[in-house]
Amino acid sequence: MPMLHTVNKSPFERRTLDTALRHAVKGAGVLLIEDGVYAAFDGTVVAEKVKAALADHKIYVLGPDIAARGMSEHHVIDGLEVVDYGGFVDLVTEYDKVQSWL
Amino acid sequence: MSIEVNGKVFETDEEGYLADLNQWEPDVATAMAKEEGNELTDAHWEVINFLREYYEEYQIAPAVRVLTKAIGKKLGKDKGNSKYLYELFPYGPAKQACKYAGLPKPTGCV
Amino acid sequence: MSEPWEDDELDGPVRKFMYVNRRAPYGTIYALESLEVVLIAAAFEQDVTLVFMDDGVYQIKKDQNTDAIGVKNFSPTYRALEGYDVEKLYVEKESLESRGLTTDDLVVPVQVVNNDQLAELMEEQEVILSF
Repeated sequence: MPMLHTVNKSPFERRTLDTALRHAVKGAGVLLIEDGVYAAFDGTVVAEKVKAALADHKIYVLGPDIAARGMSEHHVIDGLEVVDYGGFVDLVTEYDKVQSWL
Repeated sequence: MSIEVNGKVFETDEEGYLADLNQWEPDVATAMAKEEGNELTDAHWEVINFLREYYEEYQIAPAVRVLTKAIGKKLGKDKGNSKYLYELFPYGPAKQACKYAGLPKPTGCV
Repeated sequence: MSEPWEDDELDGPVRKFMYVNRRAPYGTIYALESLEVVLIAAAFEQDVTLVFMDDGVYQIKKDQNTDAIGVKNFSPTYRALEGYDVEKLYVEKESLESRGLTTDDLVVPVQVVNNDQLAELMEEQEVILSF
């Protein structure tokens, strides 16, 4: 498996998600954590970009960070996978390596 | 620093505020008051219990002005004034009563 | 010498303070720091206005539950502001809409204003602090 990219910055404030996607090869995974989870919801101005990225990447989002921010898993974009901390650990072992974008 | 109540040790900060408000129990308030030479009456408990409810709802200890106003609303005008509250808690109602209630020191306490 | 309860009325000048909140609640310390400073200003009976714009609108999102991430959920404290006589809360319309949110998603009643209205409100202030 290629690389897992983690993104922890809000897509409305930083370009971290764009940068990560630009440097992710086809088949690479993207995990949204902390303020990065704000990219995961339908009805926002970044939703289309995330949907488009699903063509080349599996995209995961960390559930505890969604709950902390009062966001709803029901509004997560179709095709994204919500994971818990255990799932986070599984992903880290599944993918060959991890690139943590800060 | 710490305070011992019924054989249990409760950690406090350097000003005597409880380190973990979830550990609080009524005997802690009684012990803190006793250390300062005070005995808690029903009138004191009314304020202490009010503060605990306030914290539960808003996650902060109220400033004294806010406490006074809120007490007046809840317990009546005769209690919702600074004189009444200062007589119960001479070191400052927000500071002293918050301490007995196991709450942190109020933000911007005057 | 005056009695402590006679110091109730603070005599200092009252100034118009605006606090501009632009950060999401937990990724940085800005939101919590701002809230603490607001409470202090309010305790000193200043004329306080709060603005939530950009990611700052997320600070007052309903249903925050931080149990699993081990940090304090301070969103209930925004509801205490009314008791501090802080009642001028503004949210920028564009910020809310671009995030797919409405006022129904927020923990406190707010006035929604657009860019231009917000610019005018800012001009009316004496001190503006941005977080």
